Amino acid sequence: MKAAKTGNEAFAEAMRQINPDVVAAYPITPATEVVQIFSQFVADGLVKTEFVAVESEHSAMSACIGASAAGARAMTGTSSQGLALMWEMLYIAGGLRLPIVMAVVNRALSSPINIHCDHSDSIGARDSGWIQLFSENVQEAYDNIIQAVRIAEHPDVNLPIMATTDGFILSHCLETLDMLSDEDVRSFVGDIPERSTLVKSLREGKPITLGALDLQDYYFEHKRQSAEGMFNAMKVIPEIGKEFAKTFGREYGFFEAYKLADADAAILVMGSTSGTAKDVVDTMRAEGKKVGLVKLRVYRPFPAQMLAQALSGIKALGIMDRAEGMSAVSGPVYPEICAALYDLPGKKPVVQDYIYGLGGRDVSLNDIRYIFDEVLKSAQTGKKAYTLKYVGVRE
Amino acid sequence: MEEKKAAWKELPEGDVLEGGSSLKFKTGNWRTDRPVHIPEKCIHCFICWIACPDGAVKVNAETGKFEEFNYDYCKGCGICAHECPKDAIKMVNEQEVDKK
Ligand code: SF4
Ligand code: SF4
Repeated sequence: MKAAKTGNEAFAEAMRQINPDVVAAYPITPATEVVQIFSQFVADGLVKTEFVAVESEHSAMSACIGASAAGARAMTGTSSQGLALMWEMLYIAGGLRLPIVMAVVNRALSSPINIHCDHSDSIGARDSGWIQLFSENVQEAYDNIIQAVRIAEHPDVNLPIMATTDGFILSHCLETLDMLSDEDVRSFVGDIPERSTLVKSLREGKPITLGALDLQDYYFEHKRQSAEGMFNAMKVIPEIGKEFAKTFGREYGFFEAYKLADADAAILVMGSTSGTAKDVVDTMRAEGKKVGLVKLRVYRPFPAQMLAQALSGIKALGIMDRAEGMSAVSGPVYPEICAALYDLPGKKPVVQDYIYGLGGRDVSLNDIRYIFDEVLKSAQTGKKAYTLKYVGVRE
Repeated sequence: MEEKKAAWKELPEGDVLEGGSSLKFKTGNWRTDRPVHIPEKCIHCFICWIACPDGAVKVNAETGKFEEFNYDYCKGCGICAHECPKDAIKMVNEQEVDKK
């Protein structure tokens, strides 16, 4: 069914169709609408969800943790400072293996205060044990959050997951998307699988302790378990993507390779900018330039081997980083791609980093064209010209 | 007590413990001073029973009398001795107890 929705409306509609047991949330621009619209669904009796209006994002995540620990399907949504305020609870959700699903609307972190898009918020949470799915457009955001439920709750994974949209660019812009029927979504997500040790013992009236002090003798084993969930997610994410495709016709993997097969130069990018970049690829292809694109959908777990494989044939690669990693080297995605390519046998692509779009700075076709030209130059010389350039900042 | 430690694949997922596991943990091992009851002074007011953070004071509900300390779990904090209105509990160093 075709519908016109903003990113926030699409997240909220997907949540209505998923009909989670608990939503605990606190409003923050630009994610506010996600839970605000959803709370209207609750008030209208369209869902059976227990909506917990809390006093902060720290409490929102805490309430989701409590609900999820008791076996409920729990969801929330946030942005930027809200995600930052959840920080310690994010790690607890990851460490306790709780499959909480969160809609994150990417927004820059203070200071200076800003409400517009960059990826510093969710990228900052990359080591917290959450799976992260980025979306190019509203359709993908909708499809991602539905798949997120199944990925997170898969018994081999049992990890929390966030699906993201670019703040304002996707969250507040109207797009037509293909919405699934309520019945189809419900049968796709099904019931939350029973976590054996946890829910069963609670149901049998046996008390349990969750999150007990775990010192030198057990902490490491539990961290190893969480890591295994991430390793297993490497298998589960494409499986769920295929199942989704079989039912609904749109397939999702770790990334999309766009006109990459015979490309000399390519750009790797996450989020809404990939749509703009595809347009530039088309224009340059029409001019006979061999350029291509990788749109990274899954940032955690990081599909290093598959990326290396897909990029092995190109001569030069530009990474578009929508966050400043403050490493005095590059943005955060660049070193991970370099590490992935390092294991390739023989000649490796030249890799250069481009930090762009911080705090919602607009990225134009010309900006992307500039990056492609730079990367094409390095493809011709076969030499890295530099590590990092800032694109779109006033010099 | 030598504890067989589980490998990561053997542990229940996500730091879940069965309830009541503290029973297996004899906090009495921590004690340096132990509370010793002096029956002649005791008025059985149960203040020590209320104050003990570890439930290590046993009282008899039928007779309404102080019964004994549970030295498996009494960690020797001395709160009971401090709170007792009749000085009917004295703290004795464990080494002194061992000598006897
Ligand atoms: S507080 Fe002192 S007097 Fe009261 S019951 Fe305990 S030992 Fe006896
Ligand atoms: S010393 Fe402390 S732990 Fe032991 S019985 Fe007295 S109050 Fe309880």
